[in-house]
Amino acid sequence: MTSLAPGPPVGPGTPAMPGPILAMRGMTKRFGPLLAADSIDLDLNQGEVLALLGENGAGKTTLMNMLFGEYTPDAGEVRIRDPSGNEEVLPPGQPQAAIAARIGMVHQHFTLAENLTVLDNILLGTEPPFSSRRSRRRARARLHRLMEASGLNASLDVRIRELSVGERQRIEILKALYREARILVLDEPTAVLTPQEADSLFGAVRELVREGLSVIFISHKLREVLAFSDRIMVLRHGRRMGEMPTSEADVGKIVRMMVGEEHAGVDRSPGEPSAPALVLEKVSVPSSRAQRALFEVSLTIHEAEILGIAGVAGNGQSTLAQIISGLLQPGEGSISIGGKNVRRLTPARALREGIGRIPEDRYQDGIVADMSVAENIVIERLDSPEIQRRGILRRAAIATHAEFLIDAHDIRCPGPHARTALLSGGNIQKLILARVLEAQPGIILANQPTRGLDVRAAGEVSRRLIAARDRGAGVLLISEDLDEVLALSDRILVMQGGRIAETKSRDRAVIGAMMTGGSVG
Amino acid sequence: MRPWSAILIPVVAGLAALLLSAIPLAFAGAPILPAYAQMVAGVFGSVFTATETLTRATPLIFTGLAAAIAFRARFWNIGGEGQLYLGALAAVWVGTGMIDGPPILMIPLVLAAGAVAGAVGLLGPALLKTRFGADEVVTSLLLNFIILIFVQMMLEGPFKDPMGLGWPQSEPILDSAALPALVDRMRLHAGFLIGIAAAFVAHAVLAYTVWGFRARAVGDNATAARHAGIGVRRTILGVAIASGACAGLAGVSEVAGLKGYLTSDLSPGFGYAGIVVAMLAGLSPIGVIAASLFVASVFVGADSMSRAMGVSSFLADLIVSMSLICMLVGGFFARFRLRLRAAPAP
Ligand SMILES: Nc1ncnc2c1ncn2[C@@H]1O[C@H](COP(=O)(O)OP(=O)(O)OP(=O)(O)O)[C@@H](O)[C@H]1O
Ligand SMILES: [Mg+2]
Repeated sequence: MTSLAPGPPVGPGTPAMPGPILAMRGMTKRFGPLLAADSIDLDLNQGEVLALLGENGAGKTTLMNMLFGEYTPDAGEVRIRDPSGNEEVLPPGQPQAAIAARIGMVHQHFTLAENLTVLDNILLGTEPPFSSRRSRRRARARLHRLMEASGLNASLDVRIRELSVGERQRIEILKALYREARILVLDEPTAVLTPQEADSLFGAVRELVREGLSVIFISHKLREVLAFSDRIMVLRHGRRMGEMPTSEADVGKIVRMMVGEEHAGVDRSPGEPSAPALVLEKVSVPSSRAQRALFEVSLTIHEAEILGIAGVAGNGQSTLAQIISGLLQPGEGSISIGGKNVRRLTPARALREGIGRIPEDRYQDGIVADMSVAENIVIERLDSPEIQRRGILRRAAIATHAEFLIDAHDIRCPGPHARTALLSGGNIQKLILARVLEAQPGIILANQPTRGLDVRAAGEVSRRLIAARDRGAGVLLISEDLDEVLALSDRILVMQGGRIAETKSRDRAVIGAMMTGGSVG
Repeated sequence: MRPWSAILIPVVAGLAALLLSAIPLAFAGAPILPAYAQMVAGVFGSVFTATETLTRATPLIFTGLAAAIAFRARFWNIGGEGQLYLGALAAVWVGTGMIDGPPILMIPLVLAAGAVAGAVGLLGPALLKTRFGADEVVTSLLLNFIILIFVQMMLEGPFKDPMGLGWPQSEPILDSAALPALVDRMRLHAGFLIGIAAAFVAHAVLAYTVWGFRARAVGDNATAARHAGIGVRRTILGVAIASGACAGLAGVSEVAGLKGYLTSDLSPGFGYAGIVVAMLAGLSPIGVIAASLFVASVFVGADSMSRAMGVSSFLADLIVSMSLICMLVGGFFARFRLRLRAAPAP
């Protein structure tokens, strides 16, 4: 096997040299009144996988942004030891210095240029803008060696636009490796990946770690944290709460450290489904560049039930969600809501009919990032007399309402007038949930509702969905997380290849087989 | 950071433009420092020059607002120049004798006519965009030339002043429809105050109304706005109407406030300069007032310098365009900086 750039091969957990290769000391960052990071210390050993855990808004991304020089810390320093054993202090606030010190970062949200090719994206910033054909050929050859060694495969000449999120994630890592990263930071790398994609990603990273790479990764999925990391470090409210070797950790221990209390599981009494709330009858959509096809999908969501849709992402779930959201008109088939046929379902109509929608892509569909938290909270109810009077916004009432929801849903943010873009990923999701649930919709479309949420927030969402059901709402839950579907659903449908089938089984293996096309008929 | 750079960038850009302009000045053989002294005097030197600057700023406020409102919603109205001429044409249509009445009726009437005409002028590109996805940059820009030819045709035909000694110009605006002067014996007219008022109205509408909320939401993230049930097409049409109306008012203000009649060289590119004004203002309607004053100072100052120093007036144009380019580049960097800070936010 071709050796990768990073130092001599070392097994995990057995540092070649005494002392860590990365030491962060007293890292502190303030955003106005908010202390996002409060003198945090962090050590990383050679060839180690460190999992960084914490609630939404705990400061994980902030800490990593300081490491990578994207935020200038108010206090604290980052020390790096190079392969020959010399220690150096990284100048704060300089990404170039971090790259030169061979730190690679894969952000929580992708930073690839959509309309450039994979190769251009990887070379961007490392090569001069008009690189010669020869240097491109060399780059290509090196990338092929890297791909072979790491198992991260990608074709270099397609445009990013045409790639799935899983593929983009791999490109981001390749890009870091191409810059000869010795320390790789992965910020929620699997949040948008299917379990299969996540497994293959971890396989590749494991391989690289065996070659000497050191990894810090952030995740809310405790299962993968336990399976993949060597050591766990927990942040809470910007402070370091503690750490432990993964071999001594279990879910209960981690959660206690993260949220300071026992994690109450979600208990679900069976619902009492009554009249049909939303009925789709033989809905078909032809496939196109923008969406997967649907073939004669029929389903009924009853009042007071949670209908779960299990399936591997990319099997038509997004198309189905778009139809119910009113974003896409089906080619064939009919939709009826509360017993009456709806000809043309638009987003505005969906809202009037009482369909609350939690979109899958929160940044694209869910929020207007440049507007304030309060504005995003009321954006779906602009016609309501509580929000406006004769076309004039009732700003005071809007702010009060937003403050109330920020409180009730524990949205961590500087206040109702903060720009929404500044919220942490999980808190943006909470904002959308607050907006949707507040309207007390009769039908709720919950598409990946707990994606990117910490355990406690995810549990809270589950409880709120169940509460909505008990109130009489019909909930359509689309999730890649089979455990979530199993835990919440009164009935389960499986989606595969644009078709849908009901299952009475609660057996993971049976449903898993249906998801991969085993026995959907 | 932001308010700072919003003030700093135009100042630096203005100075850079003046420095660069020294080169053609030296070529033309003018002594550089006295030339610049003359330029400053030309802007602030007397009541006359000061009011001249405000007069020059007036159409820029309107066209700047037109661009700022449209760009806020990511609707790229490049057709301010054409809409200005349509507004002017409508003003002379109703204001030169079609009807007559007291000023209290006639002035609102010509203003309304101009606003409607400007709005209609942008409705075409807006409909083409919302219906067929046609790029409004292209359609609104090309429409400028078509409208200008149409105006020339009208001035040679039905709108031609029979007393105009054969010149292609319209009949003069009735006294009752003319915007009154603000300072005795100066050219500064009520259009300036109307422009300031329009800027405050635009600011209030964007910040405090549902309509403005929708426009901002569509501009910042049209996909999310659509998901939230906002009628994106309707919003864009509304924005286009408001934007076109502002540009139309620029035409009314020039005709009914300054020139008194319409010719086909009414505007030396106010419509295009409005885009620069809007960019300089960071698309803020209040900022448009300041940016207009700044750009107008450059226009007026360079003009006066070229007259006093005996250099060709062509040189004044050169300096003006150089200033615009510098400001555009400066504005670009201001925006670039902003993006760069905003990007690593997650
Ligand atoms: N540029 C910024 N300006 C103001 N506040 C910020 C900024 N960046 C982050 N914050 C705030 O700092 C806190 C920590 O945010 P951070 O993104 O580090 O959280 P996180 O631990 O990564 O959470 P998540 O799991 O939800 O991604 C949040 O409350 C966030 O709103
Ligand atoms: Mg984060």
